[in-house]
Amino acid sequence: MPMRDVALNTVMTGNGADGTALPMVPDIRAVTTSDLCLTIGDKPLIRDVSLSLSPDGITMIMGPNGAGKSLLLRLIHGLLPPSSGGVLWGGQTLSDDLRRAQSMVFQKPVVLRRSVAANVEFALKARGVRDAARRDALLDHVGLLDHARQPARLLSGGEQQRLSLARALATAPKVMLMDEPTASLDPASVLKIEEIVLEARANGTKIIFVTHDLGQAGRLADDIIFMNQGRLHEYGPSDLFLSRPETQAARDFLQGRIVA
Amino acid sequence: MQDFGEAFRLAVSLVLSGDADLVEIVALSLKVSLTAIGLACVIGLPLGAIVAITRFPGRNAVLILFNALMGLPPVVVGLIVYLHLSRAGPLGFLGLLYTPTAMIIAQTILITPIVMALSRQVLEDLNAEYAEQFRSLVLSRWQQVRALIWDARFSLMTVALAGFGRAVAEVGAVMIVGGNIDHLTRVMTTAIALETSKGDLSLALALGMVLMVIALGVNAMVQSLRMTAVRHAYA
Repeated sequence: MPMRDVALNTVMTGNGADGTALPMVPDIRAVTTSDLCLTIGDKPLIRDVSLSLSPDGITMIMGPNGAGKSLLLRLIHGLLPPSSGGVLWGGQTLSDDLRRAQSMVFQKPVVLRRSVAANVEFALKARGVRDAARRDALLDHVGLLDHARQPARLLSGGEQQRLSLARALATAPKVMLMDEPTASLDPASVLKIEEIVLEARANGTKIIFVTHDLGQAGRLADDIIFMNQGRLHEYGPSDLFLSRPETQAARDFLQGRIVA
Repeated sequence: MQDFGEAFRLAVSLVLSGDADLVEIVALSLKVSLTAIGLACVIGLPLGAIVAITRFPGRNAVLILFNALMGLPPVVVGLIVYLHLSRAGPLGFLGLLYTPTAMIIAQTILITPIVMALSRQVLEDLNAEYAEQFRSLVLSRWQQVRALIWDARFSLMTVALAGFGRAVAEVGAVMIVGGNIDHLTRVMTTAIALETSKGDLSLALALGMVLMVIALGVNAMVQSLRMTAVRHAYA
């Protein structure tokens, strides 16, 4: 599996004001997987995925249908237990505290049967925050403040996904995991969500984003993981992957051919 | 024995005149059944929710038990409560037999499994939608239960009304533990049974009419709640 020159970093180091070395502080935004496998029944769905992702920027997970992209995302977020292998965030095994520093946006927006405002309040309260101003700021950020009192399930698909994003951002995550959040949305909704994602990245949130959309990968990705049949095929900077993929499967995928 | 037409006319006049006995019986029936459904919800909803979101060995057996308990025969429940509350029983010292409290206990035992089993199904369906989001937010079990119960509130009100319908129409258990004592434990169903056996159909029919109105009212409320929930997309 080709692994190109990406910024690998699992720790942040530095010097104190007096010049003495500070202890190595693990950056909990940096994920490492080692020989990660998921088998359900006798079917291997994720096979020996070993990766070390940069703690910064947007990492896109790409691949054809059934490649294991969403499963990989769930494994690294701890929503699924691996059959073997491990996941480390900043060198630590995933704990509830670490997961509280992460949030996930699902392909099909999970919308609570409440008002738009109450959906965001729910995530804030989950972190012990009761702050109406912050709630309104989040809704304003995703362009839903005017809909605050409306039942959330009456929103359009794009609006529901923006609400999911607002809820994900409410927990002030250091890492945001997004499973095809723009699938089947109209271009305007895609653009709005991409703006929010880029802003989150600019604020230092690590984004791991599953997509099929090559155009979106070109617009957003700093680096790209290419999966096929549960295996990691390529991982490298997005411009290199998109212009000069190294494996036949990736070349087929980029050229819109059936991937074997 | 009155003929049906005469009995019906008398029954209507009893209802319209607000007959004191009739009002007392209806009021006690509502008090007993509403208290029972309140207790059944307090016990049954969290239990249903816990089973809905938890996987444990023997869960299927618990689900079978839940569903089987929905069909508890009222007279058997009445008998068991009677044996516990009678003077020689383990709870005889409480002196509750032939009181409205005994009737509330019997009805609570009878309808708690209904609330538990139906709410478990409602909450499990909702949890299938929410579970990954809850796990991603690292919610405690109690936070999950509260969120599920709140979000399923309209469906759960329907469950509660189904339980209330069963309680208010039940006769066997309250007859055994209440004793159908005039001005003390006489409720609509036991009064109907008594008056019918005496051949005094007017009071029985009047009570039957009130019972039917309550049943219709309950169904109207269920329908209205469902429509409200659909209108607000909270269903």
